[in-house]
Amino acid sequence: MPRKIRVLVAKPGLDGHDRGAKVVANALKDAGMEVIYTGLHQTPEMIAESAVQEDVDVVGLSILSGAHMTMFPRVMQLLREKGAEHIIVFGGGIVPVEDVKKLEDSGVSKIFGPGTDTRDIVKYINSVFSE
Amino acid sequence: MRSGYDISALLERFYAGQVAAAARLITILENGGDDAEKVLDGIFSRTDDAYRVGLTGPPGAGKSSLLYQITKRFRKKGRKIGIIAIDPTSPFSGGALLGDRIRMQSLSEDPDVFVRSLASRGSLGGISNCTDEVTDLLDAFGKDLILIETVGVGQSELEISEKAHTVVVVLVPESGDGIQAMKAGLMEIGDIFVMNKSDHKDAEMAAAEIANSLRLKDIPEGNWNPRVILTSARENTGIDELVDVIEEHRSYLEENGLIAAKRREILFSRVRNALMDRIEKRLGRSEMVREIMKNRMDDVYNGILTPYALVHELEKTVKIK
Amino acid sequence: MSSKKSYGPSKKKYEEEYSKLSLQDIDFTTVSGAPVRKLADPADIEDLDYVEELGFPGQYPYTRGVYPTMYRGRFWTMRQFAGFGTASDTNERYHYLLDHGQTGLSVAFDMPTIMGYDSDHKRSEGEVGRCGVAIDSLRDMEILFDGIDLSGITTSMTINAPASILLAFYLSAGGKKGISFDRMGGTIQNDILKEYIAQKSWIFPPEPSLRLITDILAFCSDHVPRWNTISISGYHIREAGSTAVQELAFTLADGFAYVEAGIVAGLDVDRFAPRLSFFFNAHLDFFEEIAKYRAARRIWAKRMKEKYGAKDERSLLLRFHTQTAGCTLTAQQPENNIVRTAFQGLSAVLGGTQSLHTNSMDETLALPSEKAVKIALRTQQIIAHETGVINTADPLAGSYFVEALTRDMEEEAEKYFKKIDEFGGVVKAIEEGFFQKEIGKAAYEYQKAVEAKRKIIVGLNEFQMEGEKIDIPLLRIDHAVEESQCKALQKMRKERDNDKAARELDLLSKAARGTDNLMVNIIDCAKCYCTEGEIIETLKKVFGEYQEPLFY
Repeated sequence: MPRKIRVLVAKPGLDGHDRGAKVVANALKDAGMEVIYTGLHQTPEMIAESAVQEDVDVVGLSILSGAHMTMFPRVMQLLREKGAEHIIVFGGGIVPVEDVKKLEDSGVSKIFGPGTDTRDIVKYINSVFSE
Repeated sequence: MRSGYDISALLERFYAGQVAAAARLITILENGGDDAEKVLDGIFSRTDDAYRVGLTGPPGAGKSSLLYQITKRFRKKGRKIGIIAIDPTSPFSGGALLGDRIRMQSLSEDPDVFVRSLASRGSLGGISNCTDEVTDLLDAFGKDLILIETVGVGQSELEISEKAHTVVVVLVPESGDGIQAMKAGLMEIGDIFVMNKSDHKDAEMAAAEIANSLRLKDIPEGNWNPRVILTSARENTGIDELVDVIEEHRSYLEENGLIAAKRREILFSRVRNALMDRIEKRLGRSEMVREIMKNRMDDVYNGILTPYALVHELEKTVKIK
Repeated sequence: MSSKKSYGPSKKKYEEEYSKLSLQDIDFTTVSGAPVRKLADPADIEDLDYVEELGFPGQYPYTRGVYPTMYRGRFWTMRQFAGFGTASDTNERYHYLLDHGQTGLSVAFDMPTIMGYDSDHKRSEGEVGRCGVAIDSLRDMEILFDGIDLSGITTSMTINAPASILLAFYLSAGGKKGISFDRMGGTIQNDILKEYIAQKSWIFPPEPSLRLITDILAFCSDHVPRWNTISISGYHIREAGSTAVQELAFTLADGFAYVEAGIVAGLDVDRFAPRLSFFFNAHLDFFEEIAKYRAARRIWAKRMKEKYGAKDERSLLLRFHTQTAGCTLTAQQPENNIVRTAFQGLSAVLGGTQSLHTNSMDETLALPSEKAVKIALRTQQIIAHETGVINTADPLAGSYFVEALTRDMEEEAEKYFKKIDEFGGVVKAIEEGFFQKEIGKAAYEYQKAVEAKRKIIVGLNEFQMEGEKIDIPLLRIDHAVEESQCKALQKMRKERDNDKAARELDLLSKAARGTDNLMVNIIDCAKCYCTEGEIIETLKKVFGEYQEPLFY
């Protein structure tokens, strides 16, 4: 049996817009992945610890409050500190183009903007693990 | 996908208390195979201490909220806690949505609590095939108390009684859970029955119903008398009592030498299950079985042979090993 | 008028001809996925009783509008939601909007303010001033409205869990300028039920939350009679992915729940109901939206009269604000959003809205820039001054299609009311996750419809442009905002009378344990510059915190 891809879908920060996170969580589940959904209002510390305990392959962060430049780098840093830098981190939400560039330079693997087809996210994750 | 784990290095980090190593070892156990056996052999000598509590009941009964409240109480008593939360794998996609952490948010900041969500994968529903193994691992990781939450759908939750010292059955007053429980045989496995959502208007009546049917069971003198407790995870009531009764049940088992018996039971079913698993796999792989099946199935189709006659034939031909 | 005799044969002939022709292979459902009749005709509304079911504008059951004159009397209020950075940044934007002809203010708060954290709280990091203005105390509120006459303008504040506190800041800010409470008008959203259902910005559990709301209802009816105390909101329910019918039904159900809470708290329904108002979404399905607003007015009036025994006519009027649907905007070819917004705004006006926010084209990319906001406002002005739709009230009344659709919406909403009753009311249904699950399902279905191209979104899944470069200026919030806001807050804390602040917080804590109206204490706290975070922390200790239920 091929190993299942495990994904943590988390909502960091204070905004409660979880429509996107839940749609993505469902889509990944329907694509055969095991999705751990953390719920709302997560601190970067909670997210990193959950990711490590669950030994996930991927973390997906959804953020629409504009706090992405604080939240993403913090999660990345905590994952590194916990020896989990192998985890792929992707994001979704309202993130301006130049921030996308900065985040991707800092190790976030990909940012999916508004209007993303969930199949593209599935395809992306599968491609990362297909080699 | 990563593979080729260095098990002994992982075990070393595991014994040093590294959460990431424990988490990775669980993944290895989930994936099964030789690596999993290596891990289990490695930790076996350290698995005998943790007390195991199973929580089961229908979806929506509030099990994870209850689990969260219990965990907070036991943490105040200084226990180190491992939590295994199992949700069903979708039979259509093979994926799963594991949401129990939502209820346990603040626990992820407590270094003495380890939460792992498992999908039931190949198993039929409520429980994962590697629950025993993951429980052992958390035991070996130094957890004193391991809480196992399973979704009760159908018969699968009965397996929990093979894995836990204390089984807590969580029910809610609405939608006739009481009757369902009796049908599903939950009445046989529960050491403690929790009627959650005690603020519901029918809660007391539903609890009384359960208590009544327990009385009818005619439990021999000196045996554990299953208890019925009203709780509200939302209002945070009845939780202290639940924790006390779990402790009481534990004392009862200890005083009557039943913990050791339980251990034997757990190990027995472990050996049996592993053996069955192997036999099944071996049969599945066996060329000879496949040949016979291919050649002889026509006779079954054509009514020359009954299915059982073919099984007898196979039994005679196939040797295990 | 055609003769009754020829209707049957004509209809038959039409059906025959229709069935012979080929149709395009597209999905003829509303954006909510509801099937649409291919044609409405007199048979659809044969038994329509004009007076009973529609009434003249300003007459029960108000299907045609809440005022006899409608837009001949006055236009809707053009109210653009705005807020970012510090209070002084936003104050500058308010002056800009007022100078360009905006007629009311609408405050967007940042996430820490919405969730009850001070700007220097750990959980506020990275969020200060990001998606709204940061308000920590009365001091910030004074700066926010500097140079604006609070007796001459109405202000809407999108604030829910901490609504009582922000209202207290506002009233105190006006009070310090010598304006008495009864001369200030405006709206607080204050709709906690939809937070549990859709928007998820909650603080306290339902019971104490509803107490705070009924305290506000009672306080305002005595002291701030021009204040709209709850803006019962379908907007966020829709944005979370609900269908139009769900938006209609869940929002009205919330409204009825507040009415019941007020009655249970011992208030006379006519004492508070006239100050309840609504807030709907203007989505893209043009007629479905118009029917939604018309059905909403009719359902509300009927229930208020028949079920809750309201006697004051003002209690029966469903007055509403509308915002165009943010979730319909695309990040791709963002200029197209101007067009979408225009159609949405037009449906709100044809549906009889009292106030309107039109979204800016860049809102899927960042907070709106000045230019984008100006175009959005101009869109409303064009609808008002150029299209001519304001000349007559409820111009679509009597349309076979719109009347039939209005009835359909009402019927479907009634089905939901019945289901909610079976749960034992809105709060119980929330605890069981009913709304959350319904909305989640609808959102996922819609996503799948878009991905399967059963629904076409121009520029997104059809008519895309390869390698598109986004070429509109974006508003950036500098991280320095957070630092300066925190510094100002800490300075304020040093300068105020801290003994007095502590005493007031202590009194508030005592009052929260009892049953007195908390608005009085909260205003006392506000006046001595207790911060929002301090007030919330005090109340959390008494009320506890709400936890997200496990439904997805």
